Amino acid sequence: MKILVAVKRVVDYNVQIRVKEDGSGIITDNVKMSTNPPDDNATEEAVKIKEAGKSKEVVAVTIGEEKAQETVRKALAVGADRGIHVKIDGIIEPLAVAKILQKVVEKEKPDLVFMGKQAIDDDCNQTGQMLSALLNWPQATFASKIEVKDKKLEVTREIDEGLETVEINIPAIVTCDLRLNEPRYASLPNIMKAKKKPIEQLNASDLGVDTSSRIEQIKVEEPPKRKAGIKVSSVAELVQKLKNEAKVI
Amino acid sequence: MSREAMEYDVIIVGGGPSGLTTAIKLKQLDSSLNICLLEKASEIGAHILSGNVFETRALDELLPNWKDLNSPIKTKVKKEKFLFLSKTKSLSWPTWLLPNVQQNHKNYIISLANLCRWLGEQAEALGVEIFPGFPASEILYNEDGSVKGVATQDMGIDKDGNKKDSFEPGIDLIGKVTVFAEGCRGHLGKQLIKKFELDKGKDPQQYGIGFKEIWEIDDKNHEEGLVMHTAGWPLDNNTYGGSFIYHAENKQVFLGYVIGLDYKNPYLSPFDEFQRFKTHPVIRKIIEGGKRISYGARALIEGGFQSLPKMFMPGALLIGCDAGTLNMPKIKGSHTAMKSGIIAAETIFESIKENKDLSIFEDKFNKSWIYEELYRARNVKPSFNWGLIIGIIFTGIDQILFRGKLPFTLKHKHADHETLKPANKMQKIEYPKYDNVITFDKTSSVYLTGTNHTDNQPVHLQLKDPNLPISYTLEKFDEPAVRYCPAGVYEIQKEKDINKFVINSQNCIHCKTCDIKEPSQNINWVTPEGGGGPKYGNM
Repeated sequence: MKILVAVKRVVDYNVQIRVKEDGSGIITDNVKMSTNPPDDNATEEAVKIKEAGKSKEVVAVTIGEEKAQETVRKALAVGADRGIHVKIDGIIEPLAVAKILQKVVEKEKPDLVFMGKQAIDDDCNQTGQMLSALLNWPQATFASKIEVKDKKLEVTREIDEGLETVEINIPAIVTCDLRLNEPRYASLPNIMKAKKKPIEQLNASDLGVDTSSRIEQIKVEEPPKRKAGIKVSSVAELVQKLKNEAKVI
Repeated sequence: MSREAMEYDVIIVGGGPSGLTTAIKLKQLDSSLNICLLEKASEIGAHILSGNVFETRALDELLPNWKDLNSPIKTKVKKEKFLFLSKTKSLSWPTWLLPNVQQNHKNYIISLANLCRWLGEQAEALGVEIFPGFPASEILYNEDGSVKGVATQDMGIDKDGNKKDSFEPGIDLIGKVTVFAEGCRGHLGKQLIKKFELDKGKDPQQYGIGFKEIWEIDDKNHEEGLVMHTAGWPLDNNTYGGSFIYHAENKQVFLGYVIGLDYKNPYLSPFDEFQRFKTHPVIRKIIEGGKRISYGARALIEGGFQSLPKMFMPGALLIGCDAGTLNMPKIKGSHTAMKSGIIAAETIFESIKENKDLSIFEDKFNKSWIYEELYRARNVKPSFNWGLIIGIIFTGIDQILFRGKLPFTLKHKHADHETLKPANKMQKIEYPKYDNVITFDKTSSVYLTGTNHTDNQPVHLQLKDPNLPISYTLEKFDEPAVRYCPAGVYEIQKEKDINKFVINSQNCIHCKTCDIKEPSQNINWVTPEGGGGPKYGNM
């Protein structure tokens, strides 16, 4: 079995996001970038399945500018076997990502495609679902547990009401939740070895995919500043304020 | 369990200006050398904080064509001001009356973090193996006592010291020579200085704490290339310190404050002095209507020549501010750190190729301009023990008339942890409330640093005696850690009338002030799990 893992380069989750003055986007110059956290869970799970002898190869793929390669390198350092970097500059939308991934799937013919449930930069949560539709493959989203059973997967999903367990046929798409596993650290010797693993470079423009924007971004803004709170002296005053000023009770 | 080991020609600990310079210079001298550089931050530059007005002298020697290499050194200093502040007034000091060392017209306003990122790219292009997110946590020794290398930290240990599922053991990195370039108060450098008595016969090292904020300001207040320094208010005559205001590119102003850690009043809060400083009419006018986008703090070296330890030992070199090469009156340490890196590389090259002893470092150092600079600067900082006014008069005579060649050397008498007076003998300081426009609290400030440490890991701020903060330090000094820490790591919490000393180590921005200033040297800063700490952008 072969597993394709899609990983995305995003602004590190610890960095405080700053909006560009002209409202055209966020500032990414000299900002620490990392792999989208649930994508790390996706890679970890794929590598675990391989280590359990149930998969022969894990291929990591990323789509983006030159530096997005670092994200593939990181996946290689924690156990992926080889990488693919689809080069494209600028922001691309989930549908374009899904279409590029579809081309990669057609070329690589994996049995499973893993990715994070959503990316922490745009929070779209669409790529996995769109890829599933494009390929006409079953999907299991928000996975917090995955069991490989012969030609099937048993996936436990995080849903509003609790946990849902579904069984799907392979080939399939699985999007991963942060609860799925604890991603391992890349060890220093493995980072060294990862430098020698191959990364295939593709150009998005050569794949015959329409990557043009379908969404017009009007403006990026910071959320409004929260007003400073006040201290009330008694419960009575609090109730009075909630009733008369906030009008919530 | 025995750890995996990897061998290199040279191991460099720390990806700041001195470590990166060593790596680049070594590769220039011999591209076949295997060099490994460790950095505790998640990426090169993320733990770097500096003013910074940059003198290019060392860079000119290292990469003479730096202007063609798309370096982030762009904003030339165009104008300079030096102000004395009283509470509401300011007095401008004519720049021609400033000592030579404080004139900056040939220098550049830069972000040192960005310079390091760029130096990191140059080093990698030359084949240096750089590993960010891997702190060196332990020094390895050979049987003969010489330094063998370092071990990287074990990853995935919980707060009780047990291995988590994600446990990944550290590895031994073994080098013919190991270079320690951790910056001011490096935790391994500290051990080396002690073990090899590198500071024997030297004055105690002197430190300061430096704050920096980056503001995006109104066009009308911005004057790209303007460099401004102040002395005086809000500090009293007996406290050493001053501010910097650098107008950088993109309408940004680098605003900072440095306070000598030899201050005496345990009630002094360096953070609050800095916040208060911004409310001075002259400063408020610059930043009003602007937006604070970054905050950070870091301890720095102030001891200079008298306190500079021996920088070589069997198997290793100690360079940059891990030793203490900052030039205090110049308020600059990047060029000297880089020069010490160049000398280190030349030393190592000869040591490996011609089997020479590392002690040749000293002769090279003493014959270079860095020695001359530090020698001439040596009397400035200690003269401020006599107070700001006499310090300035003396500095004028020493630096302008005698150009640092007076035939005597003033001593640093005390280490910074010895200078606090008992709380009951000193006056409490009431600091103004934060207005969240010009001044801010520690919590919202630390938020801007992007600091994080993985949950559930051992506390990296170790107390030698866990009872001492409450039984002694609180009693005698009203626990100054609460105030000297710029990140709100330390708190005294009262639970049912019992005082508890709380360490919020996840807030730590790796400034090392606690390790320096704690009156009983009870706090030992060790490396947390790799990648932890601040994520500074263009600091």
